Amino acid sequence: MLLNVGPSHPAMHGVIRLIMELDGEKIKGVDVEIGYLHRAFEKMCETVTYTQCFPYTDRLNYVSPLINNVGFALCVEKLLGLDIPDRAKYIRVIMSEISRVTDHLTCIGATAMELGALSVFLYMMKAREYLYELIEEITGARLTISYVRIGGVKADLTAGFAQRAEGKIALVRKTLVEVDELLTRNRIFFDRMKDVGRISGEDAISYGITGPFLRSTGIAYDVRKASPYLIYDRLAFEVPVGTSGDNLDRYFVRMAEMEQSLRMIEQCFKQIPDGPISGSLLGCVIPAAQMVDAAKMGQTQELIEDEVVTDPTLQGSTRKYHDAVNAIDKEVVLPAKEDTYGNIEGLMNHFKLVMYGHGIKPPIGEAYFPVEGANGELGFYIVSDGRDQPWRVRVHPPCFPIMAALPKCLVGSVMADLIPTFGSVNMIAGELDR
Amino acid sequence: MPGKTKPWIGSNAMSRLSSPSNFFTSKLKDALGWARKFSIFQYPFVTACCGMEYMSTNASHYDQDRFGAGFPRFSPRQSDVLFVVGTISQKMAPVLKTVYDQMCEPKWVVAFGVCTCTGGFYDNYSTVMGIDTVIPVDIYIPGCPPRPENVIDGLIKLQAKIQTGEQSRTLYDPRAKKGRPAEVQDDYTIEQHIKHIGT
Amino acid sequence: MTPLQKVQEQFSKDILEARIFSNEETLTIKPSALKAVAEFLKGTPGLEFNFLMDLTAVDYLFYAGGRVQKEWRFEVVYHFFSLKFNHRIRIKVAVDETNPQVDSLSGLWASANWYEREVWDMFGIRFTDHPDLKRILMYEEFQGHPLRKDYPVNKRQPLIGPKI
Repeated sequence: MLLNVGPSHPAMHGVIRLIMELDGEKIKGVDVEIGYLHRAFEKMCETVTYTQCFPYTDRLNYVSPLINNVGFALCVEKLLGLDIPDRAKYIRVIMSEISRVTDHLTCIGATAMELGALSVFLYMMKAREYLYELIEEITGARLTISYVRIGGVKADLTAGFAQRAEGKIALVRKTLVEVDELLTRNRIFFDRMKDVGRISGEDAISYGITGPFLRSTGIAYDVRKASPYLIYDRLAFEVPVGTSGDNLDRYFVRMAEMEQSLRMIEQCFKQIPDGPISGSLLGCVIPAAQMVDAAKMGQTQELIEDEVVTDPTLQGSTRKYHDAVNAIDKEVVLPAKEDTYGNIEGLMNHFKLVMYGHGIKPPIGEAYFPVEGANGELGFYIVSDGRDQPWRVRVHPPCFPIMAALPKCLVGSVMADLIPTFGSVNMIAGELDR
Repeated sequence: MPGKTKPWIGSNAMSRLSSPSNFFTSKLKDALGWARKFSIFQYPFVTACCGMEYMSTNASHYDQDRFGAGFPRFSPRQSDVLFVVGTISQKMAPVLKTVYDQMCEPKWVVAFGVCTCTGGFYDNYSTVMGIDTVIPVDIYIPGCPPRPENVIDGLIKLQAKIQTGEQSRTLYDPRAKKGRPAEVQDDYTIEQHIKHIGT
Repeated sequence: MTPLQKVQEQFSKDILEARIFSNEETLTIKPSALKAVAEFLKGTPGLEFNFLMDLTAVDYLFYAGGRVQKEWRFEVVYHFFSLKFNHRIRIKVAVDETNPQVDSLSGLWASANWYEREVWDMFGIRFTDHPDLKRILMYEEFQGHPLRKDYPVNKRQPLIGPKI
């Protein structure tokens, strides 16, 4: 018989339709239909400038939005041939790893909830809230952050962030220990996940699968180790690998990866170079109106050294922090707010970067940059034609080939095995359908 | 029939007592409204990023359960509030309409997130620009995604609406609005393409 | 020898363009040579590209305002990756708009199946010998191919609801 596991379904993480061909309880065939969340990311990116693409990239893999932002920024920087300062690289890595942990927390929490372990879901959400508080402190938003810019990041880390982050990481570790006690030796969880949703290594490679799905079959491919980007070559971390390619191995791989990510964040805090590098300002704070009046009267000599009082929402992006977290390239990076509001050169620079038709214009060409997303290799392929709007932005979604391989994992098992398998696939519809 | 809540004390008290049947039916209606608003069984029609904030609102930090809305019913027949969470694409719209039609009276609809309110910044060929063009909406919670505090605010407003028994029944017709820009042309010629991308 | 040089040596008459940018090697070939090049890339010891990482297409209608002359309208882009040697190569197939047809690689790599369906859906490029070429992201009633440059971004074709 044909059973429609429809687009709106409690156990489906997002919208997808599975038409199952059943013989009693056994699954004979699965037809996967996607596209219910197609939001035309690639077409929208062709209509806006490069910086305006960042909000669209946030909503691709919305559980780990910073990784998408970083991937897009790195691809455009490759086209431009731009190198960013070390502190910006460390900040990007810290935020990427925090995002990776939130993704794995959500995946395991949702899978456990569907198997009946509701407490695990609540514990994982509690741990995710700690990390959302960290992200909100730095970027201003919990989920759709648009934090990364081409040439750096929007604002520097706040003072004392390292101590607060270490406190929250300790709390997340405690939650992971609690969840481990609840799930790992749990008879029901074990029986439902062991030997279910199996895929072999050769099949996974043939389908083009990467990420925890591939690593659970025994093949240790991680983009951070194979082609290191940012500062991953300076961090010591391991790549957890499973053996049998079933759901339980994927659960273990994700739990181990979370621990590795937390360790990477701690190492980053030890290695990160110091903050404001242009900190030798006279520090004489004057109101912005007074500065403009002085400039109009021609008294511009002292103005370069004065600090303008800017809005609290611009914390971390004032001149003191600006050069530490942004590349020094006037054609790509917005000037510090003191310069924008304070002198005419900064204002003109800001205008030239923001107006349509002007702005960031990479040379004619194309580039592909792979980044390790939470589900696998997230690759951005950008074709530029010299204008300020991209010609073509293609994102290689890591869960697309996994969904194509879903029938292979499921045929031969029973109907109830669909739920844990689908949960461990970690399909994010925003990324799958774009 | 749905109407305004009558105050308990004040000038209307005498008119209540003067007609005993009115008194009993209006008190019954208030009691029903009170019962319904504190036992909301929602159907979370979750599609996209707003689903993450829906999960956060449901979890222990922000806790929807203290408002009585903590137990989602995953069958439209058993639920009374349809939470449409996340962007609805053109492919998904018929499914949404089917789920809405399957719900029993009384039912309310919450448009959660700006993509469901107006379409968000996805003005393209595959997004429904506001679900109120397809089903009638009672509460709009804008935000991309709305913070859990916003969601709780919307939930409290929904409870006020449930108390009065008022339901939205009208769809939004965008063409009825004056001053609306002209429709998109069907033919997109090469000359327009050249003009659009510049030389 | 890099993968690019090996392919150039073997298929020199089918190559239209070759380019090296940063650490990426790109080759543009004629559609007739795709199957042979793909089998060469997969089978040759020393190349062994066992991952078809990505398959997409680009529409070059009036690219760069006419400053860059392109004789063909579409390019189908293949990103290959080798797990053993950790190298990548990009193969682009030049497709004309009068006859948008390319050989399907779903026999060699299973990942090509869904990617080719997406390229058909978004661009209208047919893949011969594909097991099941139908739309994947849009619904069947949709007319047109949205990612082509002559499809307006906000031209909606609603299934239900007002036609705006």
